[in-house]
Amino acid sequence: MKSAVVQFPASNCDRDAQVALEQMTGRKVPLVWHQDSQLPDVDLVVLPGGFSYGDYLRCGAMASQSRIMQAVKAHADRGGAVLGICNGFQVLCESGLLPGALMRNADLHFVCRPVGLEVNETQSAFTRKYSNGQRVVFPVAHGEGNYFADEETLNRLEG
Amino acid sequence: MKARVFVTLKNGVLDPQGKAIGHALNGLGFGSVGEVRQGKVIDIELSESDAGKAKASLKDMCEKLLANTVIEKYEIELKA
Repeated sequence: MKSAVVQFPASNCDRDAQVALEQMTGRKVPLVWHQDSQLPDVDLVVLPGGFSYGDYLRCGAMASQSRIMQAVKAHADRGGAVLGICNGFQVLCESGLLPGALMRNADLHFVCRPVGLEVNETQSAFTRKYSNGQRVVFPVAHGEGNYFADEETLNRLEG
Repeated sequence: MKARVFVTLKNGVLDPQGKAIGHALNGLGFGSVGEVRQGKVIDIELSESDAGKAKASLKDMCEKLLANTVIEKYEIELKA
């Protein structure tokens, strides 16, 4: 699998994502600057976490308008895989590639802890090696992780 | 031409920051304070003299960047 990691100003763990992908895939993983207009020929694009553009206006709002995002959208339209981690997920919501929006946590607390999830969908490229009903633990660290979408969108997501 | 854009959370969308401000105001002794909602004010200078065109352009800016219309609404105010 060929993959690339996009770098925005104030991305973090972008190098970690690159190293992890290189170790998993055994291939070189290029870092792509946000002002570039083209992606290399890859199967997966990763948007890393951090505080792109200092979280100005809204988390991910500025990054979602950067030049490289046009190429990320085109990649997704062609059926290419896109993974948004943390701030990268916020960028995907702001860009319209994912529905909904992320808001300030309801209790205003920064949340930093492992979270248990149950796998209910094993058809996607990201979950097909899990089994249905399997419990997994992911670390989270966020101040704006409060996912919001209208009723209709939520119903669609929950099937 | 100058414009002022108000971006606020839609009705029904939880505003934890507004709530915290409300609690703090109550704590300061402002007992009459009920619900508080927080928003943003963005002042913009435009090199456009036609009010209609300015408004259309500002609406476009709100839809594309200034507001996230999933959770926010906006109001545009033009100043001479």
